[in-house]
Amino acid sequence: MKQRTGLFDIVNVLILALFACTMLFPFIHMAAVSLSSAEFVVGNRISIWPKGINFDAFAAVLSDKRILTGYKNTLIYVVLGTTLSLIVTTMGAYSLSRRNLVFGKTFMLMIVFTILFSGGMIPTYLTVRNYHLLDTIWAMVIPNLVTAFNLIIMRTFFQGIPRELEESGKIDGLSDAGILTRIVLPLSKPVLLTVMLFYAVQIWGNFFSALLYLRNADLYPLQVIIRNIVMMGVISDITVSSALGDKKVVLESLKYAVILVGTLPILLFYPFIQKHFIKGAMMGSVKG
Amino acid sequence: MKLSILGQIKRDRIFLLLLAPTMIFYIMFRYVPMFGITISFMDYNLFKGIAGSPWVGLKYYRMFFENPDARIIIKNTVLLGFYKLLFGFPAPIVLALMLNEVRSMIFKRFVQTVSYMPYFLSIVVVASMIDMFLSPSTGWLNHALQDMGFPAINFLQEPGWFRTIFVSSEIWQQVGWGSIIYLAAVTTIDPQLYEAARMDGAGRLKQIWHVTLPGLATTVAIMFLMQVGQILEISFEKVFLLSNAATYDTSDIISTYVYRIGLLQGNFSYGAAIDLFMGVIGFVLVYVSNRISRRFSETSLW
Repeated sequence: MKQRTGLFDIVNVLILALFACTMLFPFIHMAAVSLSSAEFVVGNRISIWPKGINFDAFAAVLSDKRILTGYKNTLIYVVLGTTLSLIVTTMGAYSLSRRNLVFGKTFMLMIVFTILFSGGMIPTYLTVRNYHLLDTIWAMVIPNLVTAFNLIIMRTFFQGIPRELEESGKIDGLSDAGILTRIVLPLSKPVLLTVMLFYAVQIWGNFFSALLYLRNADLYPLQVIIRNIVMMGVISDITVSSALGDKKVVLESLKYAVILVGTLPILLFYPFIQKHFIKGAMMGSVKG
Repeated sequence: MKLSILGQIKRDRIFLLLLAPTMIFYIMFRYVPMFGITISFMDYNLFKGIAGSPWVGLKYYRMFFENPDARIIIKNTVLLGFYKLLFGFPAPIVLALMLNEVRSMIFKRFVQTVSYMPYFLSIVVVASMIDMFLSPSTGWLNHALQDMGFPAINFLQEPGWFRTIFVSSEIWQQVGWGSIIYLAAVTTIDPQLYEAARMDGAGRLKQIWHVTLPGLATTVAIMFLMQVGQILEISFEKVFLLSNAATYDTSDIISTYVYRIGLLQGNFSYGAAIDLFMGVIGFVLVYVSNRISRRFSETSLW
């Protein structure tokens, strides 16, 4: 086959390159402003290249008590929530993957129905309130313990494991629990990792539960702190250096630094976890 | 040999035990709230609870439909969903088609990798970025506008801009991720079809039109039906974070209204009534579109 590079290819690559810039520009711009010194930010002439590089904005943000508390809280929610969710989802999905489970169809139907219909914001809030979960760390973990989507991904995967493997385990004298821990789970590492990441990202970014169920500022996750600082302009706690002129402009660097600090973990891990997410997205899209 | 129900329960007891936490969760946190909807037919009092509050029938439903706000928030919800579908649905398909034509694997990888990135940002971070970028005094977009000789625009305070901002930022965040499924579908197209098309003298555009697109047709149809079903499902968080009293004419949707009037102001019954109204319409939409997508192919939401 001849491979000629024609006008079509040139136009295509140019448009895609422009598209890639659109995707990247916001990140680069934020980094550039947050790394620039105040006098250049004042002139508003920073686009993609930092001028007068310094880390003052990041130093200020990372010494802010609320940010640190928010980080700590978010980490607790992510670790606790992901662990619990993954365990419960795996147990549930494994049971539901058994074709002849008694009432299995009914249980599955009950779960799928919740994708279609829910009580809505107010009845859910009142329920969580009745369980006395408001203003506890559990409010960020329990109300979203199992996601139907993740459960279905896992169930589909378990159903794909050949029955013969389980039967041979049985012949070798393994109990049902033994088959799960010795045969099924080791084979399921990819799906376990994928669902784990889905849960972790979901809890990391969960703002809704915090908005509804948390009033105590000591429990606020990072997302609430970011919102308060960047969008509501609650900045009193951060040491704003006004030495270099216009306070407002230094604030701009600070706000971008706050956003970046709240995104950095995901951006850093992103290259390593990307392929697992894509696997999960494909598994999730072809459901039985 | 067929076991009795009791026998089956005994046989499956370990699996039922493993399943128990999941089902308890669903009952406690998904089904109990569904029964909580009954408060929309009561004058619910937080301190008297469901048992102590008096029944008022359809009072709150009537109140909603007689409220002039109702028309605005229903219209805003439907329009936001509609515009998101109109512009957001074709975007990943176009991206996948273009990526599929790239010959340099390195460049293709690079574009794909950066296109997924925004998907992993939290909604608060995306809303914060929009807030900063669109700021009339310090945002880069307004600087760029001013450099080109246009006046600065206070984007987030003007109702006329809300839908554009919402939909375009949704596309920015979702387009790469959405293209994954189409790229996967493209790989299942038989390469011989391209060969044959080339023999018939089809150029690149004609190959896309006559081979790639027909090959994607089923996937496109299913995805479209699924998204039609979810047209009312608009991210509460994002609208909540980006809207403000100045833009309520276009930015107030059913869920933000329920939050504000129902939860913040404590009109629980009224809020629950609006919730149920939206829940029922959403249910019908998803159910019907899923039924249709099932007839198109084996694939469906469940």
